[in-house]
Amino acid sequence: MDILSIQNVVKRYHNHVAVDDVSFDIPKGKIFGLLGPNGAGKTSIIRIITTITRADAGKVLLDGEQISSRTPELIGYMPEERGLYKKMKVGEHLKYLGRLKGLSIKECDTKMEYWMEKFEIKDWYKKKIEELSKGMQQKIQFIATVLHEPKLLILDEPFSGLDPVNTNLIKDEIHRLNQQGTSVILSTHRMEQVEQVCERIVLINKGKKILEGQVSEIKNEHKDNIFRLTLDHEVSGDLKYKYNIIEEKSNLYFSLQDGQSSNDLLQELIKKGIGIKSFEEKLPSLNEIFIKVVQNKNQ
Amino acid sequence: MDKIILIFKREYLTRVFKKSFLLTTLLTPFAILLFILVLGFIMTYDSDEKQTIKVSDPSNMMSGTIEESKGIFYEFTNNDLDDLKKEYVEKSDFSGILYIPKIEDIGTSSYTVFYYSDEKLSLDASSSISSKIRSKIKDYKIVQMGIDPTQLENLDTKVTLDPEPISEGVEDTSSMSTLVGSILGGIMGYLMFFIILIYGMMVMRSVMEEKISRIVEIMISSVKPFQLMLGKILGVGAVGLTQIIIWAILIPVFSIIAYTLLGIDSADIAATAGPGINVPPQIEAGITEDIYKVYNELGNLNWILILPLFLIYFIGGYIIYTSLFAAVGSAIGDDLQEGNSLTMPLMLPIVLAVYIMIKAVESPNSSLAVWSSMVPFLSPIVMPARLGADIPFWQIAVSIALLVLFCFFSVWIAARIYRVGILLYGKKASFKELGKWIFSKN
Repeated sequence: MDILSIQNVVKRYHNHVAVDDVSFDIPKGKIFGLLGPNGAGKTSIIRIITTITRADAGKVLLDGEQISSRTPELIGYMPEERGLYKKMKVGEHLKYLGRLKGLSIKECDTKMEYWMEKFEIKDWYKKKIEELSKGMQQKIQFIATVLHEPKLLILDEPFSGLDPVNTNLIKDEIHRLNQQGTSVILSTHRMEQVEQVCERIVLINKGKKILEGQVSEIKNEHKDNIFRLTLDHEVSGDLKYKYNIIEEKSNLYFSLQDGQSSNDLLQELIKKGIGIKSFEEKLPSLNEIFIKVVQNKNQ
Repeated sequence: MDKIILIFKREYLTRVFKKSFLLTTLLTPFAILLFILVLGFIMTYDSDEKQTIKVSDPSNMMSGTIEESKGIFYEFTNNDLDDLKKEYVEKSDFSGILYIPKIEDIGTSSYTVFYYSDEKLSLDASSSISSKIRSKIKDYKIVQMGIDPTQLENLDTKVTLDPEPISEGVEDTSSMSTLVGSILGGIMGYLMFFIILIYGMMVMRSVMEEKISRIVEIMISSVKPFQLMLGKILGVGAVGLTQIIIWAILIPVFSIIAYTLLGIDSADIAATAGPGINVPPQIEAGITEDIYKVYNELGNLNWILILPLFLIYFIGGYIIYTSLFAAVGSAIGDDLQEGNSLTMPLMLPIVLAVYIMIKAVESPNSSLAVWSSMVPFLSPIVMPARLGADIPFWQIAVSIALLVLFCFFSVWIAARIYRVGILLYGKKASFKELGKWIFSKN
């Protein structure tokens, strides 16, 4: 079952097409990466899902149902451009946002207590937002996003402006919420972050979908048959001639051609009495895949 | 609807419980009162120096006395003018010598009296002395001419113009009611002007703050932009109403307290009204009577009609202008300075309306006043100024109908601009873009 299904969605602004016939599904209970460079159309898609704007064509199903005015209560959205009312106190601010998401005063109180205890910020309750540091404000922002226990959590560039400690704190929370069954969409242009966190991704460029699937599958599909080895001897001339080898620090990268297999390479090395300390297939990073795919498309 | 109420509550409560709101709301009536009192004090302030003037009146036209006034005491003497001059130089315990020559011709209408002194005579003293002498000369002439003083008094007739209706069922008014009506109208018109301007700007700034602090996208992921805008407009409007109601209660209460504390009665205020003019007692009594009439007329006005109408125009004008100010706020980037070119088209009709309002107070039924009180952009300011005068029912009906229609229209326009504007960061939008937003799809 998919938590979200995007079907042939189109969004035009008066001078350009921001989302061009994009379709993808997001399975329930997974952390999903929505990737693409700046201006690719990620935020446009998110704004359609959160019903901030309407698609010009196509369908969006949330948990099997067309999105409607009730959708926002099922979604927790942390936009890239985010902020809080500076003059409000932490407690009343969280309560206000929670109430707007449909929580009762009582529910707000119990949930706030839970989260503020968890983030060890109970004594901030009466502090004004403007008295908090930027990192502290981000924590409040995150609590505000998840307070109403959304089925789907959409985080747009969630780690921008966070120090490493807070980045890990938020990452851990994302994982924990995910384990409890919350589906998560992580939208970012920082592809390396997604590799660590997401299971599935969709890649958007210039409003079009260019890639979709499991991170591991995508990597396998786009691998170049390059293997990294650490050896205890130098390799001899004929091997250098036979294989395409790039040397980098103490590692050797063997780029295998068609007809060459990794097992053949290993056997040959063993035969020559060269000790193998480590052996690993080098998979391309999402960043590399992205650049490659975009270049291919442009050709 | 629940969400609009939540937003309304936040907008209202955060403003009403702000220290600055409490201070301005409670202190403004004090400040106004203080201002009036200080003003009254300045206007009635008399030169506090006392001076004595020796009067030489050989022909005894002043019959030996001139009343003290404005700190000037008159001392009659039989000494020769030259002796007095010597005395002035030697002793200098008086400020000057007033020499009153004999009037040769009773029929003359101009007459010169001489004042000898080395000090300059102040403007105030000069007018006080000549006015005293004028009234003395008048008495002297009356006696000399053999006129009966009561007959003379009866020559002066006070004329009151009393408008009377011809047809039955038309209300009988006095000319005073027109005056009271127009003053009241002027006050209401100005009040509307300030309310619209102050609270329009407040809404605009609040929209901009939400945009600049980047809370707005979080908000509209929970509520519709329209709900956010409406909640804000209504919330700020309620703040305005609260303030007006508090003032409407506090100002009269403070005035009464102050008047009783300081022992000022209405006659004193009447005297303050015409400073510098030497008001004869009978006219002074007339002013007190007029003030009584004003109170009477205020009581006679059709408050049951005027108050609800004022409220309707307040709400209508408020909604039209604040919604458009909200739209402008959403279209301005991160810099308030940039907004001037966008707020200009909103300021123009407001200022225009004030000028028309001033004219409408003078003649509430001129065609300028009638037609501009139909135009929704102008009517909230112009119409209240006409309410004190009797205006035909159809004019009120048409004006309110158009006002209500235009309220919906401007909220609709504003919402269309607002929903696009709040999501665009950075640069200010042009009018062309605003036009596109209005007609663009969601």
